[in-house]
Amino acid sequence: MRDGPNTHVGSMMDVAVSPVLALRKFGCEQSLLSRPDGSSSFVQGDTSVLAGVYGPAEVKISKEIYDRATLEVMIQPKVGLSGVRERAQEHCVRQTCEAALLSTLHPRSSLSLILQIIHDDGSLLSCCLNAACMALMDAGLPMSCLFCGVTCAIEQDGHIVTDPTSQQEKESRALMTFAIDSAERRVMMSSTRGSFSVNELQQCVALSQRASEEIFQFYRDSVRRRYSKTL
Amino acid sequence: MRETPLSNCERQFLLKAIEEKKRLDGRQTYDYRNIKITFGTDYGCCVVDVGKTRVLAQVSCELVAPKDNRPTEGIMFINLELSPMASPAFESGRQSELHVTLNRLLERCLRNSKCLDTESLCVVSGEKVWKIRIDVHVLNHDGNIMDAASIAAITALCHFRRPDVGIQGEEVTIYTPEERDLIPLSIYHMPVSVSFSFFQQGTFLLVDPCEREERVMDGLLVIAMNKHREICSIQSSGGIMLLKEQVLRCSKIASVKVCEITELINKALENDRKVRKEGGKFGFAESMAKERITALKSEIAPVEMIDIEEKAEDIICRTGAPCDTVPSPVVRAPGTGQVGEGLQNAWGLDEMEEEEEEEEDDIEQGGPEKQPESETITSKKGDVVVISDSEEEEVVILHQGVEVKDFREEMSSGQKQATSASKKKKKKRKLAH
Repeated sequence: MRDGPNTHVGSMMDVAVSPVLALRKFGCEQSLLSRPDGSSSFVQGDTSVLAGVYGPAEVKISKEIYDRATLEVMIQPKVGLSGVRERAQEHCVRQTCEAALLSTLHPRSSLSLILQIIHDDGSLLSCCLNAACMALMDAGLPMSCLFCGVTCAIEQDGHIVTDPTSQQEKESRALMTFAIDSAERRVMMSSTRGSFSVNELQQCVALSQRASEEIFQFYRDSVRRRYSKTL
Repeated sequence: MRETPLSNCERQFLLKAIEEKKRLDGRQTYDYRNIKITFGTDYGCCVVDVGKTRVLAQVSCELVAPKDNRPTEGIMFINLELSPMASPAFESGRQSELHVTLNRLLERCLRNSKCLDTESLCVVSGEKVWKIRIDVHVLNHDGNIMDAASIAAITALCHFRRPDVGIQGEEVTIYTPEERDLIPLSIYHMPVSVSFSFFQQGTFLLVDPCEREERVMDGLLVIAMNKHREICSIQSSGGIMLLKEQVLRCSKIASVKVCEITELINKALENDRKVRKEGGKFGFAESMAKERITALKSEIAPVEMIDIEEKAEDIICRTGAPCDTVPSPVVRAPGTGQVGEGLQNAWGLDEMEEEEEEEEDDIEQGGPEKQPESETITSKKGDVVVISDSEEEEVVILHQGVEVKDFREEMSSGQKQATSASKKKKKKRKLAH
């Protein structure tokens, strides 16, 4: 009734799923900036985001929290000043990071996460989440779990596409981004646009959980490579 | 976040070393750090590294109306952002002195030197011209942001391609990249700025100061020049007194450096042009260093799809049934809507506690479009919008005979009234129970 897993682009397709069900090529580089405590550049296909983390550091009295660290996220677009769209994305990233970080270990401190969009070719929010996680890892901040972002788009004819390009995003009828945690593969944050059925939502969540396996394996490989000389 | 202050011993060490003609990274007095230029996927995007200082520049264009006093000239807008990523001292939003200085220097370097032919940016005189916008983001501050920014800006300008425009009588057509090739901007010359830092009241001079050297310097001289030995802008700051010979010597050094840098920029542009023409891969993804231990790339990863549908069905079956959908609001009289009469209280609270929920301002589901708009009319027409906590107040339906003028009112202005109106509706619902 159903074919085996799709491993090649353009092979036999299933009924309700798009033939190209794959994540684009991704790449990551850590510690590429000298000033921030942790930095990373995450590239998904052509979408590229640069993340820098400062912390734990001194916090302004007006912003301090007595028992935990204050996390500040800033997303800077390439052209123009940051506006409402960036605020919404910052909110999503901040909620995810706050859930993963053990901020009670650094009370009355500030953690600043700055994301610079280098190029946007679709799946921007998930690329931001991935870059953020790698930068937090690079800075050595204590986290209870790692997280990754996966974007799914539902096309007009009902096909689901993971990691869509901006062309695919524009033509889609619904776009969903999920942040998945590494401990139990649960959804930490979801941000959606468009209309879709409950069934489609659950399918996309299940798909994202599958896709997150690849991304976490990539994290593991990156870190293993990085510390291969010292360990 | 505040910048960690420079300790006295560090300062003395640096000054002593400079007196002995030694620099922290082993460079000579007139040496520049390694300059690396990479281009992105779209035209007009480039990242420039001067040593560890990293700067990103992006050029974009749009059609706007020209300035009144210059109807036949295009507009060039330059914006330099000190990203908080670059240094803990940089804060977003606040315009520090450094931010203003750098912006002004960059503007003088590019705009006043007339390196870009603004006349060629005119489409319809007096009505439509191209506005070229250059955004420069400083990503890492390790000294000498000015030079890196000027290199990035002029490289991005040379790299940029704008859409082609066709004029037929009154009609103006902008062609997409698929229809007609994009055309480059017309650049007359390439101004590049060179920074000189002075120490010990002008006795010692260093080219391309790094961040530590910048902290202990007395003054800074910035000369923007092009390869034809024309000075585009010159600025001396810090209050040091410079002799005429010193300034002339610096300009000679600058002309040598600018020639080298211009050659480097042209080579980088040529390489990128070649790669794009041959159809090779370009962009930041490709320029990421592969051999580094801190970098990793992976191939296209397939996602398994075997039993996604079954899993989804399973989850949906296991979850509880959703609560009853709220019916559409009932319109009792023009300008009012009522939701929820006759439904069971699904909140699990009893009557007493529900009164305390007056303070919440949640707007109910079920026809959210119609509700707030009708409430807006009610509140707008009535001059009585009393937000009172008193439970004894009678609910009054205002103005039953009023004509409903326009349902398409601004939601934002009506939000506050919607809140108070929704409170009224809650009271109404309670009374109805």
